Amino acid sequence: MDCIIIDDELTARVIIRKLCNDTKNLNVVKDFSNGIDAIKFLTKNQVDVIFLDIQMPNFDGFDFIESIRNPPKVILTTSDSKFALDAFEYDCIVDYLVKPILSSRFQLAIQKLEKILKTVSSEVSPSKIDISSVENDLFVNISGRLTKLKMSSIDIIQADGDYVIINSEGNSYRVHSTLVNILNKLPEHLFMRVHRSYIINIKKIVDIEDNSLLINKMVVPIGRTYRKGLMKRLNLL
Amino acid sequence: MERPNLKYINSLSQGDKEFEIKIITIIKKEFQKDKEIYFNNIANKNYVLAAENVHKLRNKISILGLEKGYKLAEKFETDLRNNNLFLREDFQKIIQVMSNYLNKF
Repeated sequence: MDCIIIDDELTARVIIRKLCNDTKNLNVVKDFSNGIDAIKFLTKNQVDVIFLDIQMPNFDGFDFIESIRNPPKVILTTSDSKFALDAFEYDCIVDYLVKPILSSRFQLAIQKLEKILKTVSSEVSPSKIDISSVENDLFVNISGRLTKLKMSSIDIIQADGDYVIINSEGNSYRVHSTLVNILNKLPEHLFMRVHRSYIINIKKIVDIEDNSLLINKMVVPIGRTYRKGLMKRLNLL
Repeated sequence: MERPNLKYINSLSQGDKEFEIKIITIIKKEFQKDKEIYFNNIANKNYVLAAENVHKLRNKISILGLEKGYKLAEKFETDLRNNNLFLREDFQKIIQVMSNYLNKF
């Protein structure tokens, strides 16, 4: 199993790495002192499990989980048992280890993880994908023809019943898909959901006012639950 | 007053001296840095930031086996977030004990 470690304290990272190294079949791919760097890494790499600290300055463990799509399994590592209840809200969280982590307790968490991963792998079957992505391009099926769109040229994607409308450089493409499906194909550093019916290209934002933003002369509403996430992504002065 | 110890580190290392030296060196370095930032934040009355430093320091307190010290630090961290400095002196005594202990290595 491949894993990464996210913790702002080097001491904690070294200890968790040691516990991992002493565990059969557990390979530490990389460790990170903050969640943002880990998110960048995960856009291009896959891991089976993340050892994640909760209390980190600016961008905590829960912010991290909420910022990634289809998160891998997560084992929380924390000094506080007070977050345990919050952890139950996330399906990806396998276990909750309180520091200082004892080797015996760590091994129990790994056993639990192996059991869960085994169950998941026997349940998952390959799914058909309507939209394919090849590096920086997105191929969309329009009237039986696969049309190539440059991802960076996309401004807004809007849900429209069983379809999505992709707005790109003044053109609109209506494609049979869902926002979730298309969001999984887009690079996370460029796109984010700002409303239950809208995905936007962050780099195309012209301005933001109250609960809406402007992209290429189009006004997009910002959903209440997405506003905090959007503000975190912006380079605010 | 309880004294720091290497029980936890020894349980992790299982005799791996190289790891023991490595982790103690890291703890010493991070502890020194966290301590300095903590005192600066206290001096500048940045109590919420100081609470974050206490959070980091208390992880090291627990690694060095100071169970009572850990509980006090936990309470002090919460208090600091509410601008309450009642436990400051007690906490700083623990920090001093830790410093003395780590300086032996």
